Amino acid sequence: MDLTCTEEEETFRAKLREWLWQVLPKLPPKPDPGDWPGRREYDLGWQRMLYDAGYAGLHWPVDAGGQGATPTQHLIYLEETERAGAPYVGANFVGLLHAGPTIAAEGTAEQRARWLPPVLRGDEVWCQGFSEPDAGSDLASLRTKAVRDGDSYVITGSKIWTSHAEVADWCELLVRTEPIGPSAPKHRGISWLAMPMDAPGITVRPLRTLAGSAEFAEMFLDEVRVPVANRVGEENDGWRVTMVTLSFERGTAFVGEVVACRRTLGELARTAQRNGRWDDPVLRRRLGRLNAEFSALWRLTQWNVSEAQNAGGVPGAGGSVFKLRYSHARQELYDAAAEVLGGDCVDLAHEWNQDRLSSLSYTIAAGTSQIQQNIAAERILGLPKGR
Amino acid sequence: MDFRLTDEQRALRNGVRELLAGRFGRDALRAAVGREGTVDRALWRELGEAGFFSLRVPEADGGVGLGLPEAVLAFEEAGRALLNGPLVATHLAATGGVPGAADGGRVVTCDTQLPGFIPHFADADVSVALHGASMEGRSTDGRSLQARPLQARSMRVRYPKDLPTARPARSMDPLTPLHRIPGAARTAPPRPDAVLLTAAEQLGSAARTTEMAVQYAKEREQFGRPIGGFQAVKHLCAQMLVRTEVSRSAVYAAAVTEDFTEIAGAKLLADEAAVRNARDCLQVYGGMGFTWEADVHLHLKRAWLRGAMWLTASEAEEIQAEALASAL
Ligand SMILES: Cc1cc2nc3c(=O)[nH]c(=O)nc-3n(C[C@H](O)[C@H](O)[C@H](O)COP(=O)(O)OP(=O)(O)OC[C@H]3O[C@@H](n4cnc5c(N)ncnc54)[C@H](O)[C@@H]3O)c2cc1C
Repeated sequence: MDLTCTEEEETFRAKLREWLWQVLPKLPPKPDPGDWPGRREYDLGWQRMLYDAGYAGLHWPVDAGGQGATPTQHLIYLEETERAGAPYVGANFVGLLHAGPTIAAEGTAEQRARWLPPVLRGDEVWCQGFSEPDAGSDLASLRTKAVRDGDSYVITGSKIWTSHAEVADWCELLVRTEPIGPSAPKHRGISWLAMPMDAPGITVRPLRTLAGSAEFAEMFLDEVRVPVANRVGEENDGWRVTMVTLSFERGTAFVGEVVACRRTLGELARTAQRNGRWDDPVLRRRLGRLNAEFSALWRLTQWNVSEAQNAGGVPGAGGSVFKLRYSHARQELYDAAAEVLGGDCVDLAHEWNQDRLSSLSYTIAAGTSQIQQNIAAERILGLPKGR
Repeated sequence: MDFRLTDEQRALRNGVRELLAGRFGRDALRAAVGREGTVDRALWRELGEAGFFSLRVPEADGGVGLGLPEAVLAFEEAGRALLNGPLVATHLAATGGVPGAADGGRVVTCDTQLPGFIPHFADADVSVALHGASMEGRSTDGRSLQARPLQARSMRVRYPKDLPTARPARSMDPLTPLHRIPGAARTAPPRPDAVLLTAAEQLGSAARTTEMAVQYAKEREQFGRPIGGFQAVKHLCAQMLVRTEVSRSAVYAAAVTEDFTEIAGAKLLADEAAVRNARDCLQVYGGMGFTWEADVHLHLKRAWLRGAMWLTASEAEEIQAEALASAL
């Protein structure tokens, strides 16, 4: 059990801190949370700065254009950037955190050369076209079909909840290349494609979230042609490729946010002291409990990262344990914020009230809490599969 | 940074687990319940010989010379096994140089861990008073006590002329006999290591009840299949796992940093994990869980008791809140 960083890691931290201190004042003003075109520009600009400074794709393998950093260095990066108030990956989420790593792991040399550099340079944005109206938690029952026609797949169907689809250049798309048969398991017959978002036949219709913004969209695909060469992995082997993607999504994608939550918690305490709510022992203790909660989540992150580092960088099932507790704690955090705000908790002008609404998605997106509990029970505890 | 257990730590944990499996298995546990929780002196000495109490005593003084992380692993195992006796008090007394504690020759309790009560009073040879970093010793037979100073901490030894007028109480935990002491109140914050080792026992108990629930859920059948196939049961088990793993990270990290705020947070989460997991385990067991025969109630009762020891949830929350406010 060792929580101290090596000298090398501390040097990395110091250099990064120094760099952040220099570049952050040069950033343009943050766009409005609902302004996705503005956010695209802003997030890509930040990615470009990271690229120029040699921090792009920190945890990606070197032969994929990344820096080959250890999970611990990645953790330090997330810690320091959050602490300094640097931008979050934002619109680059899918490209950097799962499509990219998936292509790096499963793609051919040409595929890597075509898609990875633009992600790292901040030239292209990806979105994730997995969910469908009738296939959410039961992802494998997706129906969007791809029929081969010469060198292309012709794709028809629809996707839903596709985050920032309107501003994306590419979509990691799951399609059915073999119909669901009565005997073959439905996991078979799925393929993983890179679909250019400007291809004819794609209609994107933004959906308004309960927070008021258009953060995700419906996507209708009407005979969209995608070259067969855009398929990552074998035909009908997309489910396995998808599992690689999802292990990245659940394993590390939320880590930086724990630091952000701890910062918010400190701000809650400061506000409560200023407005007198701190004198309420029930509220004070509630904030104290949350402080213990987020410290422990940070320690759990360090534990998971140590395990991953030992297993060659692949995040394990511990990610489900983390996500279950984190998504709940984050909702609790903003419920507590509402108490600190008192009457002002009904005013959407306050950022915390917006965040309280957004936090409602945490127990749904990237696998609902019920699904995560099934995963934990079946894959970690070994309980029988069932319904 | 490598937060995982080292090979030596893993070996130590397995060693303690094996020792307890051999010497304090189900039959011994039930025998201890039959004796109303009195200490098995022979086992106490064996624990002493194995270094359980002298784990943090420097090698130069005849101890094992390890640190708080190793002690935490040993106490986690004790918590899993539901080992009874004033383990934390005796371990601290050994670390503080109270004669006879390190080798298990003396059973040492503490009269400042549970407001108004002393656990294992009738069994103990010595009772210590722990306040903050200091320790006072008193022998239950009135003899004076000599103690070496703690490595870095100061220790005051007091020679009491009389012991508190203690009378037996009806303990909720069948494995922890209690005496009531009138008028006793805590005057200073508890010693951090006492709090953390108790949290480690809670962690062990939380992990154990998770295993018990999972095992039962795989074996017990209703509606023609194992109840573990039903989601309602599965989700109880998954939440038990989450509570255990979150408090494990907190307890282990606090053992490394020795930071009192972090220790308080670890106790808070481990208390919750032990209590909630025992309750959920009881639920998974159904009617069987409500019987004296099943061990679940022993875990729950001990978890409740430990939750009231050294540092309560509300005290821990206030410490955490204070840290939050002072970090501004
Ligand atoms: C903000 C946000 C962004 C998202 N972004 C994307 C994206 O970019 N790309 C993408 O592909 N998807 C995205 N999603 C979709 C997300 O992955 C799905 O919403 C999620 O997997 C749940 O699917 P569903 O919405 O169809 O709900 P359903 O699967 O219909 O679930 C409804 C309810 O039933 C429960 N349930 C379903 N099956 C079971 C079961 N077997 N056992 C127990 N309970 C069950 C669920 O837990 C839930 O409570 C996003 C979602 C949100 C909220």
